[in-house]
Amino acid sequence: MSLLQVKDLSISFGGVKAVDGVSFDVEPGEVFTLVGPNGAGKSTIFNLISRLYEPGGGRIIFDGEDITGRPAHDVAGLGIARTFQNIELFDHSSVLQNLLIGRHCRRDTRWFEELFFLPKVRRSEREHRRQVEEVIDFLDLAAYRDKLIAGLPYGVRKVVEIARALSSEPKLILLDEPASGLSVEETQNMAWWIEDMQKDLGLTVLMVEHDMSLVSRVSNRVLAVAEGRPLAMGTAAEVQADPKVIEAYLGTEETA
Amino acid sequence: MSNRFKSRYDDDINLFEGRWHLAQYALLIALLLAAPWLLGVYYLGELTAVLIWSLAGLGLMLISGHTGQVSLGHAAFMAIGAFTNLALMMRGWHFIPALLASAVTSGVLGAIISRPILRMSGIYLAIATLALSIIIEDLSILAEPITGGVAGLFAPPIDLFGLTIDRYSSPKAFYYLCLTVLVIVTLGYLNLLRSASGRSFLAVRDSEVSARALGVNVTRAKTLSFALSCAMTGLAGALYAHLAQAVNYESFLVLISITLLLQVVIGGLGSVHGAFFGAIVVVLLPQSIAMLRDFLNNTAGISIAAYPGMDTALFALLILLMVIYEPRGLYGVWFKVRTWLQLFPLYRKGMFRRTRTYLKTERQR
Ligand SMILES: Nc1ncnc2c1ncn2[C@@H]1O[C@H](COP(=O)(O)OP(=O)(O)OP(=O)(O)O)[C@@H](O)[C@H]1O
Ligand SMILES: [Mg+2]
Repeated sequence: MSLLQVKDLSISFGGVKAVDGVSFDVEPGEVFTLVGPNGAGKSTIFNLISRLYEPGGGRIIFDGEDITGRPAHDVAGLGIARTFQNIELFDHSSVLQNLLIGRHCRRDTRWFEELFFLPKVRRSEREHRRQVEEVIDFLDLAAYRDKLIAGLPYGVRKVVEIARALSSEPKLILLDEPASGLSVEETQNMAWWIEDMQKDLGLTVLMVEHDMSLVSRVSNRVLAVAEGRPLAMGTAAEVQADPKVIEAYLGTEETA
Repeated sequence: MSNRFKSRYDDDINLFEGRWHLAQYALLIALLLAAPWLLGVYYLGELTAVLIWSLAGLGLMLISGHTGQVSLGHAAFMAIGAFTNLALMMRGWHFIPALLASAVTSGVLGAIISRPILRMSGIYLAIATLALSIIIEDLSILAEPITGGVAGLFAPPIDLFGLTIDRYSSPKAFYYLCLTVLVIVTLGYLNLLRSASGRSFLAVRDSEVSARALGVNVTRAKTLSFALSCAMTGLAGALYAHLAQAVNYESFLVLISITLLLQVVIGGLGSVHGAFFGAIVVVLLPQSIAMLRDFLNNTAGISIAAYPGMDTALFALLILLMVIYEPRGLYGVWFKVRTWLQLFPLYRKGMFRRTRTYLKTERQR
């Protein structure tokens, strides 16, 4: 069964249909990529899946459960983690703190227990830390562990945001333009990490990305969207060759 | 010195980073315990006031400094704490239950009020909380059965462990009482900060969207933070009532709310130290200005007594300087000095230059 099913999803902002009847299924263990020109509605689809936006119509089914009525703060606990296009880290905290916040959906202590820092809380803190250290090892972030986000280079922040998402032990990770703003070398690393997430961690990845070489390299399937509507679905090569997709990209270049 | 290598996760979990760090705070506590013998009655009273304002500041620090929600109405919760405590004691309650009742009442009322209020942000939140402070001034008069109306309430002496504690006849005991409450609250605060709830507050402060995406129930986090914040401030209010010996509608004016906010800003938003540093400034500034005035008058014959409102003006000036040169407040200054000492002689100029922060849009693109 598909891990994520998006059915006929739509939303409009003051008359503009940002997403207009988009449907797709993401199979467990695959890397599924959304591509499309600027303003196509890709990030909006992510925000709908994260339940940050209320859809105008359609359903989102994750792991067999309809999550369309769930509040946004339930989504992480169900196993969906994400990154943001414009990195949304907690700037005044350290990398370690950020990753620990990533484990919020796995918390098992109540505030009044924390107030007294009961032995139970200490045990739980150690366990969270252990889990976070695994992510730090996986993404090679040990050198930055105690650094404040505000002082980190852009490329590292991108990785930290992924690390924070991984800390929540997700089944599905949504990556919104993981390679944007990265150097060629950093993009290379990103490709490896995405492959590792898929192969070593057994994660399912739903990604938005403009860099077609990265997309071709890591994606099992690609869905092209434009103006909120699905255009073509298939392998990266098939989608890139689709006349409708070519036209959509050309169309934006003319107006741009 | 404190450049230790960490070898266990507990090194990051524990309150103190090793023995040296612990020793510093042990020394501070020892000094505070010895203070009644080191200071005269007058200065002991001032120190007691510092403790009480620190407590109130801690309350505001939690919601404003650590959760990022400005409040210009915290004097209201001091008032609630003060009146609750005195009203219950006058009805025969023992001090300790009445003190706890102050915290609970302020906390619960805070939680109730926070629901509609914390949906707002920025200037609207500031105005709404300010309104709260104004309303409480009137309520203090109107709720006569509880608050004693215009005349207000007088603080009865505190019976504790067979002692009768009263600010004037037993200043030492009252000082220790305040110190105990403050230490307990501070420990609870620090515990919260090093566990999930505290982290969720910081998350809400720095990015509400990603907090939600990570599973933080933002409304709940804000409510909890506001309630705990009000509870702490309520405790401070109760102790303040015993320090002032009498409270009425004029004890918790809007000006107190504003001063409290200035206190945490000067001290350094987002640091526990900041609440304490700010309290020292707030309590000792008028004092220092008075001393400066006498000094100028006696030595140079310059009389500045003719300028009323000097302390407020100086206070405001201090804030301006702070916001311009050291946005992290006195805590920021302290942090730099400490780092300088630790790294001496390797300190680099420009080490704390603020790094460029990346653009963050309201839209979640
Ligand atoms: N919160 C919002 N309020 C109003 N309009 C919005 C909002 N979010 C998105 N939109 C609009 O929806 C459309 C799709 O935006 P979206 O951010 O999803 O595009 P995108 O495909 O991610 O583009 P890009 O590649 O530039 O990131 C745009 O026209 C955008 O202006
Ligand atoms: Mg986008």
